[in-house]
Amino acid sequence: MKKLNRRFFLKGGMAGTALLADTGLAKKASAADTFGGYPDSMGVLVDFTKCVGCRSCEAACNKEQGLPAPDKPFDYMSVFDERHKGQKRRTTEKAYTVVNRYNIKDREQGPVFRKFQCNHCNEPACLTSCFVNAYTKTKEGAVIYDPTVCVGCRTCMIACPFYVPAYSYSNPINPVIKKCIMCYDTRLKFGRPPACVEACPQEVMTFGKRKDLIKLGHNRIQKNPEKYIDHLYGEKEVGGTAWMYMSDVPFEELGFNTHLGEQPIISYVKEFLTIVPMVLTIWPALFTGFYLLANRKEAFKNEKPSGNE
Amino acid sequence: MNQLVKQGFSPVVSHRKKDGSAWTVKEKIFLGLTPGDYFSEQFRNPFNWILAVIYAVGLPIIIGRFIYGLGWVTHSSYDYPWGLFLGFGLFTMVPLSASGFMMGTTVELFGRSDFKPIERLGLLNGLLGYLFAVVFLQVDLGQPWRLIYPMFVSLGPAAVLFLVAWHVATYLSCQIAELVPAFAEWMGLPRAKKFIKSIVLGLTIAGIILSTLHQGALGGLFTYAPGKIHPLWYSSPFQWFHFLCSAIFAGLSMLIVVSTLCKWFMRWRCDENFLNSLDRLTLGIAKGAALALITYLAIKLIAVAHDNEWQYIFTGWGQWFLLEITIGVIVPLILFTMAIRNDSADLARLGAFIAVLGIVLNRLNTALIAFNWNLYQDIPHWREVVICITVYSTYIVVYRAILARMPILYTWKE
Repeated sequence: MKKLNRRFFLKGGMAGTALLADTGLAKKASAADTFGGYPDSMGVLVDFTKCVGCRSCEAACNKEQGLPAPDKPFDYMSVFDERHKGQKRRTTEKAYTVVNRYNIKDREQGPVFRKFQCNHCNEPACLTSCFVNAYTKTKEGAVIYDPTVCVGCRTCMIACPFYVPAYSYSNPINPVIKKCIMCYDTRLKFGRPPACVEACPQEVMTFGKRKDLIKLGHNRIQKNPEKYIDHLYGEKEVGGTAWMYMSDVPFEELGFNTHLGEQPIISYVKEFLTIVPMVLTIWPALFTGFYLLANRKEAFKNEKPSGNE
Repeated sequence: MNQLVKQGFSPVVSHRKKDGSAWTVKEKIFLGLTPGDYFSEQFRNPFNWILAVIYAVGLPIIIGRFIYGLGWVTHSSYDYPWGLFLGFGLFTMVPLSASGFMMGTTVELFGRSDFKPIERLGLLNGLLGYLFAVVFLQVDLGQPWRLIYPMFVSLGPAAVLFLVAWHVATYLSCQIAELVPAFAEWMGLPRAKKFIKSIVLGLTIAGIILSTLHQGALGGLFTYAPGKIHPLWYSSPFQWFHFLCSAIFAGLSMLIVVSTLCKWFMRWRCDENFLNSLDRLTLGIAKGAALALITYLAIKLIAVAHDNEWQYIFTGWGQWFLLEITIGVIVPLILFTMAIRNDSADLARLGAFIAVLGIVLNRLNTALIAFNWNLYQDIPHWREVVICITVYSTYIVVYRAILARMPILYTWKE
């Protein structure tokens, strides 16, 4: 009986380990060093000093993405005073980009307007947290999303450090994540800038290769050191983002989170992912050992009579 | 039922009636009562009336959730994508169900056969907790019919939730297998029981592996949100261990709570073997829980020290954190210790009850209250609360129905 038990256990244990090792290996592969982005990926540099808050980008986005008509027309400036639970407007299932107004004390030119949309991270938290692999970081730099596989767990919304993805809660049949895809299907894929960039009358946004934009941004800061804050937000934040920002007021005053650090979000999860293969490989032997140890008295008992024979 | 038994009625405990003829399955389902007696008995039970009220309100709302979508039952928050369904249903039900692998390990692996009378209750508590965590998940998922997508359609193996999905699915099967003997005895299928017996060690070790990883993974899920969760509830290196270690005392405490409820309300179904050993077993389980509690307390404080978060302790959030630690960890730890020293099972029961509440508080803190701590607080929609109560009531109904029938609290007489 005893031997039968052990043999059965080994069989079961091996099959189990093999099955699980599969998933463990995949995790290990993703636990490689920081990715840092595709070499020739595109990006957008946003200069808040130029933005006048006309909301043309919002209207262009709405049209390009075929989104439902907004609650208030795009030329209504009263939306800047809207507050939801004390928060300014954010991206929703009906708006992939929004502009918010920030009243800055003692700023001669008046308030600062901040455009907000998906930042298209180099190593997106949404992508790494998705258990059906719905997200893709394209070589052009966009973070796109496949709604046909989305289960609706909304972990990506938990993971996104910028609070970007929205969800169509109101749809009972086919609710999906809604977010900016940098106009990938209609424009970026063909080398054209996103609709919002093109629509801007103030040329707030510059579309180009991300690595060139970084140089451009730093040059601009160098030429006007007294004007700009010496920081390109998005150059290094959470592993770098395709959209980067320059401002003449400190970024935290524009509602930016300046405590995100330079590590991509996945690096915080790796500490857990590392233990997965260890548990899978060590536990079977360890606990079988405990079993043998705990039952040693019975093993002796069984052996004695046969030894006397 | 307790009264019926006092009047001399004895529920089914073997395949044969007193006169020697066999019970039919239908008779077994009615516990050996006539259908008429059975239903009038159910009718008399005041708890069933409470359930009826809950279902009268809750069922239409659950149906409404699937007709009108999540937006109808929740605040449709983009900032709080997870509400009570996951915060309570998944993140609380799963640790409270860790009793399955703990009892399996104790009895089958460590050879503590003196815990046998309560082993099956531990296993059942595990199975049903997981099952209903999945039910809660199904209520919460935007497209529940796509639940199998991460398994077969589109795989994202690098995601923590992928691991949770696979492990919960495999572990559910594992737990069903571990409970097959109880079902087999009741139905009279000796071969099924014999087969499970031959692989029980494999099942137990698989249970330990899967439990370690998915209990940890539930903590791992929150490591995706540094900065969103208050630092006192967030720790990149230790989060998985906090969740795993607290699941150990959570599962054990839940087992004590459930066994106490059985002793009170389902005494008619418990046999002498269970009732006579319960005080001793409660204290034994309390010992295990106390060990897990002290470990958890230590590693919680080490996490605060590791990330140097002492300055937060003196803020409002810090007070809340200390309150959680005091109620959820220190008080149960003291009660368990006193219970063991004074040989008082009732004290251990009180400690277990408080520990269970502490775990609920901890998981709700991590998932909802300390989540978005620098944004705003989201109070769940009332319909969300009603659905939670309704699903949890179903959990109790199923739990009670199985306990009343299968040999969990009593030993089957062959």
